[in-house]
Amino acid sequence: MSKDTLLEVRDLSIDFGTPRGRLHALRGIDLKVHKGRIMGLVGESGCGKSTLAYSLAGLLASNGIVVEGAIFMDGADVTRMTERQLRDMRGQRVSMIFQDPMTALNPVITIGRQMLDIQYRDPGSKADKRARSAAMLERVGIPDAAAQLSSYPHQFSGGMRQRVCIAMALLTKPDLLIADEPTTALDATLEVQIIELLRELQQEMGCAIVFVSHHLGTVAELCDDVTVMYAGEVVERGSVRDVFHHPAHPYTQALLECDPARVEVATRQLPTIRGTLPDLVKVPTGCIFAPRCPHAWDRCRAEHPESYAATGPMHRAACYLLDAEGRT
Amino acid sequence: MTVLLEVEDLVVRYPAMGRVRAALTGRAHEFDAVAGVSFAIEAGQTLGLVGESGSGKSTVARTLMGLNRAHSGSIRFDGRDITRASAQDYSRLRREIAMMWQDPVGSLSPRLTVGSLVTEPFRIHGKSADKGAEAKRLLEMVGLPADFAGRFPHQLSGGQARRVGVARALALDPRLIIADEPTAGLDMSVQAEVLNLLGEMQDRLGIAILVITHNLNVVRHITDHMAIMYLGRFVEIGPTGQIFRAPCHPYTEALLSANPEPDPDAARARITLEGEMPSPRNRPQGCEFHSRCPRAQALCSREAPKVEWQGATHCFTCHFPICEG
Repeated sequence: MSKDTLLEVRDLSIDFGTPRGRLHALRGIDLKVHKGRIMGLVGESGCGKSTLAYSLAGLLASNGIVVEGAIFMDGADVTRMTERQLRDMRGQRVSMIFQDPMTALNPVITIGRQMLDIQYRDPGSKADKRARSAAMLERVGIPDAAAQLSSYPHQFSGGMRQRVCIAMALLTKPDLLIADEPTTALDATLEVQIIELLRELQQEMGCAIVFVSHHLGTVAELCDDVTVMYAGEVVERGSVRDVFHHPAHPYTQALLECDPARVEVATRQLPTIRGTLPDLVKVPTGCIFAPRCPHAWDRCRAEHPESYAATGPMHRAACYLLDAEGRT
Repeated sequence: MTVLLEVEDLVVRYPAMGRVRAALTGRAHEFDAVAGVSFAIEAGQTLGLVGESGSGKSTVARTLMGLNRAHSGSIRFDGRDITRASAQDYSRLRREIAMMWQDPVGSLSPRLTVGSLVTEPFRIHGKSADKGAEAKRLLEMVGLPADFAGRFPHQLSGGQARRVGVARALALDPRLIIADEPTAGLDMSVQAEVLNLLGEMQDRLGIAILVITHNLNVVRHITDHMAIMYLGRFVEIGPTGQIFRAPCHPYTEALLSANPEPDPDAARARITLEGEMPSPRNRPQGCEFHSRCPRAQALCSREAPKVEWQGATHCFTCHFPICEG
């Protein structure tokens, strides 16, 4: 593992037990999160981005099985940690912000008490910890922070609640912050506020962020790197500039095309991606996107593509269009 | 073009607290969720209603459907005044005004098949019809295979459930469809499919549509006119293209700039609004937007601005508009 890598996912495959049989939710995921960088994890619903984000924090659902592969954080494999080791890692090294800020907070305990509980490992008196909580709330833009410590979550609006969640997640100064669609439940003007807040805090604290989103606009604005997922696989990754300006995988191209924000002239014939997601209980052979891909040929249906180099230095995509020799 | 729906100075009030408590504390027992909005929709046209949560857009929709009472103002549909229409009148009106609900799966009964869901309007309105044939026709119209008639809502994806919602809305050949957040929670490609479907149905059947959304990209592509709502009032209304090119109200401008573009190098002239929308129970003095407005001056906190016109169809309420007329 190189020096600036914080977390490395190697060939990770995760299955879920379902009544219909095993659902192969993640297959052969390779991923690196670099220190102090913001990585966007993009894809449509059901592509496995949340499963991956949760497994990074060791929060896999009870019917999830790690079939193979590993998640390395400082040489230790998250998938093999005991519950105790996981608890040590979460909070201190890894924090998480969830999509719904209401259900992420305990509704019957005050914000101040919840923020105190989070600091149970830290030295210092109760008064110190309260002061630290208040300072953090103030930092994320909550007015009259010290008095708000005795408020309950329902007394805050949605945007303010998400700010409280961010304050709690960053209170322990983690190295990695996992944000699972933190702005999906918010209005556009609040979404922009939260994005700007996240960027400021990231620059101040220098932590790495994994930002899960299906909103391409917010990813383009906030992230340094981006990983595009489709049906449980990483199809493309690279710097935000490379991927958004020179998308190499046909899925990424299609995803960018059908974003109405990209279509300059108002139209009633927006581009769509034909077909539907494959059934992940019976994963087809060959490239996972082949049935919906406008460029697919025989090889795509027969063999599963590895990842090939695309435009930029770190830019790779799993598509035979990039295989210079094998194209027939 | 004929005006199909005309709303004038509509006010909708919600109870804030009991009358006794209100009398004891000297506060109003009601507050205005919608505080005087006026708009019109022509046949075959689409109006977009945009605003943040709590701005009153869904209340407007519910009032048009007869689910809330209007406190004052008037609603005219096809020339008839339906402001005080009874529940009985409304059961007839709902043949002509159909609603697409916000939650695609939650608005479908989990115990009915898709076939009975799309033909339920016929049963409710006592229209005799060949249910099997109608179900087939409606499903085909929204692009679902005929064998979906036997499925239950939990077997549908979000996009498919939306299509069933569209089929239900279209069942009785309505003249107006009210779509509350028609693409909320959908993926980009599915969102595009649903928007294309709505547009196609409108072109084919000449239906008027009222779209309620906070997604400006949706508004830009499918609406002819748009109204921007803040605290239960319109701050700006006009032709969609014109408002996107040259917004007049600072709130509109801020909303438009808060629309992240999927381009990492996009020049971002971002106007970030401070704070959040105030409560309609406690409206700011003067211009109600002044507490968050980047252009606010002393006058704004004293005096409420009047409606200004920019051409025949575009108006706004602001003392210091961006577009100098």
